[in-house]
Amino acid sequence: MIELLVFIAATAMVVVGALGVLLRRHPVHAALSLVLTLFGIAVHFIAMEANFLAAVQVIVYAGAIVVLFLFVIMLLGVDRVEDLSVEPFMKQRAAAPIIGVAIAGAIGTAVIAARGILGESPTPPAPSGDDIGAIARDVFSDHVFAFELTSVLLVIAVVGTVLLARKLPKDAPATPAAPAGAVKPGGKP
Amino acid sequence: MILAAVPTPTPVWYLVLAAIVFAIGTVGVMTRRNPLIMFMSIELMLNAVNLSFVALSRVHGDIGGQTSVFFVMVVAAAEVVVGLGIIVAIFRKRPGATADDIALMKG
Repeated sequence: MIELLVFIAATAMVVVGALGVLLRRHPVHAALSLVLTLFGIAVHFIAMEANFLAAVQVIVYAGAIVVLFLFVIMLLGVDRVEDLSVEPFMKQRAAAPIIGVAIAGAIGTAVIAARGILGESPTPPAPSGDDIGAIARDVFSDHVFAFELTSVLLVIAVVGTVLLARKLPKDAPATPAAPAGAVKPGGKP
Repeated sequence: MILAAVPTPTPVWYLVLAAIVFAIGTVGVMTRRNPLIMFMSIELMLNAVNLSFVALSRVHGDIGGQTSVFFVMVVAAAEVVVGLGIIVAIFRKRPGATADDIALMKG
């Protein structure tokens, strides 16, 4: 019974937060709705005994990533209401709800149709209670090469971001009519 | 339907929830024009996939699904860092830009 209550509460958090990201006009409100969704998913992780991932979810996503979003919103001063009156892609705007319902319906129908395979009762994971040890053994034995590649990826991301964000002293004033010119100076240090 | 029959949550419920969150993220990417909120919608889609990874990891009793979530989180962090760097670089030159203003790939 307690599992059902936890599921309902966390699902309400996730869905309300996701709808907030979708519908809130103000970017700060959308970022705070995203925090609500991420916490709800962390609760779901704990309910499925993925304790390590729940901690990482709260620290990395709700901590670092959303703070980064809020920091950029405040830094750029884009915390104003979005102008949705001019829409160059009217067909895309009109097709979006249809495609969304179609995706949710297709995946949901497939999952419900396959519920005999997936099992109606929750099955406990094999290494119960020691998910950190199990993940560590899996990462550092089977996926150690992928793990090293992620470190390379993070270094590349940090170096690229430093190049993008660096102010170039000899940079000529870019013409405002050149949209891609803003990205170009980062590519040639 | 399933909700009324079984009192404890099954992996099917988590997968249906993941489908709903993924669809909301898709609609967000298609309808919103602020690049930051499009990014947040992409985060929603990644989290929906993470949720289904963990649910299926539980079905199979295999820790590999949780390992995949770990890698997805690393890639998501790198993606947000680079993406926000690009957005900051664009907004510094063109304040108030939306995603549609940057449709041209030439300078």
